[in-house]
Amino acid sequence: MISVFFQYDFLTYALYTGIMVGFLAPVLGVFLVVRRLSLIADALSHITLSGIAFSLLLGRHYTMFAGLNPVYMGSVFAVGGALMIERLRTVYTYYKELAIPIILSAGIGIGVVFISLADGFNTDLFNYLFGSVVAVRESDFHLIGGITIVVTILLVLFYKELFYLSFDEEQAVVSGIPRRFLHFLFIVMVALVIAASMRIVGILLVSSLMTLPVAAAMRLAKGFKQMFIYSVIFGQFSVITGLVSAFHLNLAPGGTIVMINVFILLAVVLLTRKRG
Amino acid sequence: MNKKPAIEIKDLSFAYNGQNVLEDINLTIKEGSFLGLVGPNGSGKSTLIKCLLSLLKPDQGEIRLFGEKLARFDSWSDIGFVSQKANSFNSGFPATVFEVVSMGLYGKVGLFRFLKKKHKEEVRNAIRQVEMEDYMNANIGQLSGGQQQRVFIARALVSKPKLLILDEPTVGVDAKSVNRFYDMLKDLNVNQGITLILVTHDVGAMTEYVTDVACLNRHLHFHGDTKEYEEQEEDMMSRMYGHDVQVLTHNHDHPHDHSHDHDHGGKHRD
Repeated sequence: MISVFFQYDFLTYALYTGIMVGFLAPVLGVFLVVRRLSLIADALSHITLSGIAFSLLLGRHYTMFAGLNPVYMGSVFAVGGALMIERLRTVYTYYKELAIPIILSAGIGIGVVFISLADGFNTDLFNYLFGSVVAVRESDFHLIGGITIVVTILLVLFYKELFYLSFDEEQAVVSGIPRRFLHFLFIVMVALVIAASMRIVGILLVSSLMTLPVAAAMRLAKGFKQMFIYSVIFGQFSVITGLVSAFHLNLAPGGTIVMINVFILLAVVLLTRKRG
Repeated sequence: MNKKPAIEIKDLSFAYNGQNVLEDINLTIKEGSFLGLVGPNGSGKSTLIKCLLSLLKPDQGEIRLFGEKLARFDSWSDIGFVSQKANSFNSGFPATVFEVVSMGLYGKVGLFRFLKKKHKEEVRNAIRQVEMEDYMNANIGQLSGGQQQRVFIARALVSKPKLLILDEPTVGVDAKSVNRFYDMLKDLNVNQGITLILVTHDVGAMTEYVTDVACLNRHLHFHGDTKEYEEQEEDMMSRMYGHDVQVLTHNHDHPHDHSHDHDHGGKHRD
């Protein structure tokens, strides 16, 4: 079943990319979920769409952009959107969550306009929306590899500070932890990982890989470290089995990965249900 | 006793949305004392603590911690703080007792550094100190209110603070645990020499344990040792709460007696 993934380069890239995404998305997702920010992933994935559409539009009109991997522009937009969310959260001090629907609708709005201008409602776009096994290029592999290394190093370095801020922001600040810098760093990491993940799971489903494995882990984990272990196990399992079945059944991998995550979640919820 | 002041507050005022919450506070707290800071809800107790911790910036006045001006003070690991909100954390949060207590060392250990073996031993010792060693790997959300409170004390103690500030630590803790809790605080104060500030609106119980009392309701109405306080208690209460309030002395046989509670009082800001 899986051996075919090592016979063709593009499938090997897809598998390795999937493994990296299946690690990064749940790991960042743990922090997002415990900070009750899981919807931020949705907002950022939609703004990533406008970046991709913008890149497709540029590619159509200027040959110099034609060869550019749209994921790069997607990352730039995602990081920009992340900064705007942080900014909007300070504008609406008492309704911080408003930042999320604002960015989400702006992202999809701009995206749709660019796509129409580029005349681009085609399979290429379909791949960005729902992911594709065959669309992963070597340059995606390098980009995602780079993001994986950088994000992993940053998470190891700032693990204890991010954990403290998530659990008890006030105390964390009293003990001298630089709150603003870490929020900023964290949301930029989320933006990068979202842009990186969309080749595999697609823009519309990126957030599910950040939240569903974490939601299942939450039912099982006693501590914070355990959250990461369970989340990554579920993330890896869903990505690998999802990619393999998507390839053999000729489906978009975003859908199969999400379905497997939903099954895991249901199974965990049923198994951990409190009796009585 | 000629001890150095742990905290000096001079002419401190703080306004929130144009309303004065604190006015002209002058207060010196000596090292080694155990101060009960009392006042009704909305009297500015938590605001004063937040000013001390540099979470809020006062409009006027000066604060010194261990002789150092607040703006220049940087040994925050000398100060342990258990916030009012400490046990109203999201109880579904996946963290073990060990992980929560470890947080107390994060500031001291510093950025780009990791907890070493000796730090982990310190965490275990702090957990033992509050007698929670049987729950080291338990999920914090599944403990009782009193147990959670002890875990948060352990988190504040693990960095070996010289000053420990507790903001309404007994809210949500059952009466039996409250006395045990106060005993533990007294032990920390007497045997380990930690300066303690206990913020509470529960006036009755704490007078048996503290060495000094400060009464706050926008102004500082009283500051002195426990004996002086007891002599003037009724007078003080009526000044602070606006009219005559009957003060019942605390009695161990009736732990549920909360008649001295501020709810009977007159006007206060919430």
